[in-house]
Amino acid sequence: MLLAAGAAGLLAAMAMVIVRAIIGPSHYDRILAVNSFGTKTVLLLSLVGFLFGRPAFLDIAIVYALINFVTTIALMKFFRYRSLAQPLGLSAGEEARDG
Amino acid sequence: MDSVLSWIGGGFVVAGVALSLLGAIGVLRFPDFYTRIHAASITDTGGASLVLLGLCLIAGLTLTTLKLVFVWVFVMLTTPVAANALANAAFSSGHKPRIGTFQIVRTDERRKTPRGPDAP
Amino acid sequence: MTALPSSFDVTLALDIVLLVMLLVVAGAVARTRSLLAAIIMFSVYSLISAVWLVVMDAPDVAFTEAVVGAGVSTIILLGAILLTRGEAERPDWRRLIAPALACIAVGGLLVFAAIGLPGLGDAASPANAYVGRAYLEATPKDIGMPNVVTAVLSSYRSFDTLGETTVIFAAGVGVALMLGFGPRASLAPPSAVIGDHHVVPRVAAKLLIPLVALFAFYVQFHGDLGAGGGFQAGVIMAAAIILHALVFGLRETMAAIPPRVARSLASLGVLLYAGIGVICMMNGGGFLDYDYLFPPSVEQQIPGWLLGDSEHAHHWGQHFGIMLIELGVLLTVSATMVTIFYGFGGRTVEAARQEAKQ
Repeated sequence: MLLAAGAAGLLAAMAMVIVRAIIGPSHYDRILAVNSFGTKTVLLLSLVGFLFGRPAFLDIAIVYALINFVTTIALMKFFRYRSLAQPLGLSAGEEARDG
Repeated sequence: MDSVLSWIGGGFVVAGVALSLLGAIGVLRFPDFYTRIHAASITDTGGASLVLLGLCLIAGLTLTTLKLVFVWVFVMLTTPVAANALANAAFSSGHKPRIGTFQIVRTDERRKTPRGPDAP
Repeated sequence: MTALPSSFDVTLALDIVLLVMLLVVAGAVARTRSLLAAIIMFSVYSLISAVWLVVMDAPDVAFTEAVVGAGVSTIILLGAILLTRGEAERPDWRRLIAPALACIAVGGLLVFAAIGLPGLGDAASPANAYVGRAYLEATPKDIGMPNVVTAVLSSYRSFDTLGETTVIFAAGVGVALMLGFGPRASLAPPSAVIGDHHVVPRVAAKLLIPLVALFAFYVQFHGDLGAGGGFQAGVIMAAAIILHALVFGLRETMAAIPPRVARSLASLGVLLYAGIGVICMMNGGGFLDYDYLFPPSVEQQIPGWLLGDSEHAHHWGQHFGIMLIELGVLLTVSATMVTIFYGFGGRTVEAARQEAKQ
């Protein structure tokens, strides 16, 4: 019962984030909304796995947690640098330490 | 015992979902990008931690718990980093906060001023 | 856990909410003129539809939708709009009438056909009664593998899967022919944009890339038991490599995995898959009939402890065959994705160079 309530709450939260993704004035707002939506999706998948008694769904949740990061970085890079090839920059002092 | 643990776990799940819900309201209602990302990233990590902790209590000590811990580790590694990268990119591309009367100095303008010897 | 009022109600409620969300997002994609916003909304669309597939109890499909729809295809679409304009034109409404009528007609036919479909999980429906049941009953005996989806995909219908792998390979070849295998001139050393310092993503990516690759291997070898397999693992592996390129730059990634190696691996995967089939034929079976993968003299040499169940000695050919063809699928899918990414990434570099010249 509590899990079902949790899933309902997450769905409501996802709906609100979708609204932000649709109206979001800047593209940064949209990327933020997608990232937040992805995290909520991970939680919803875990909850649904427990609701249906199928914990194997957690594998999909793990994949989401990882893929979501790649997508967010790609969107951010695209919008900031207009390039998929350029590395994320470091200032001069940091480059030496990052070595 | 099991039933008590699963009720406590359910409580954690509901608390985490409530946190996520609050964050979503913040994402929807806050006035500019920086306040929104603040609401989203904090509640996402906090809500995810609570929900996954609750599910761990429900699952007990099984392989499922280990997977939940993995989900938690990945969420904690990725969500704050993505939020940081996003805010960094927005700020350095000149996306200014909307509220406040003071002028925010852009980072590349600040760089032109000479740094002291002990600056990082 | 506590008793639910009725499991069916929860499924139905989730179905309705998720489908309404899908509809709203699809409407937003159709309405927006900004292509970047459309791609972002498509990513959300994939996430929702993957959750919906999980609710429909199709974790294998959901897995694929998650990694392909939400992950790699978003990135490749980004590469595509880098080469075009970021805005779509608003077409004249008179030109929309004919496509709209066609869509309404086809959609109406689909809805009409869907009324005649059997209910979800209906045991008497044709799909569950004859072929599906036969597979479910025969799989433990023939192949000895818990995940029937993997058994059907890579053993019973391995010829289909060979075709799919070849299609992916052909897609990679097509993209490479159009866009090239990467930047033709060597990439210049990166010039950092003043004022940006992304230390946190770089450190996090260093931590995450090995973990993503490790998880790809988990998905690959866990495909026998649960959701997953070569396709999904290949895309996850490609996502790890693409993350490296995104964070550390295309130059570094091309130094680690040269385009030449990527395209060789893509063809090696298809070759491995088809080669297994030929080996089976040479040993007296049909094409891709894994029971004949090992000649009997070799099969008797395999020690009993290797797979744990000495009773099912005849399953070893199936196990090894599926493992090897999944490896071929993994190689082809991941290397093809990387080749496609190199094609788009390299072309964006050249486009930027030409812009700088003008």
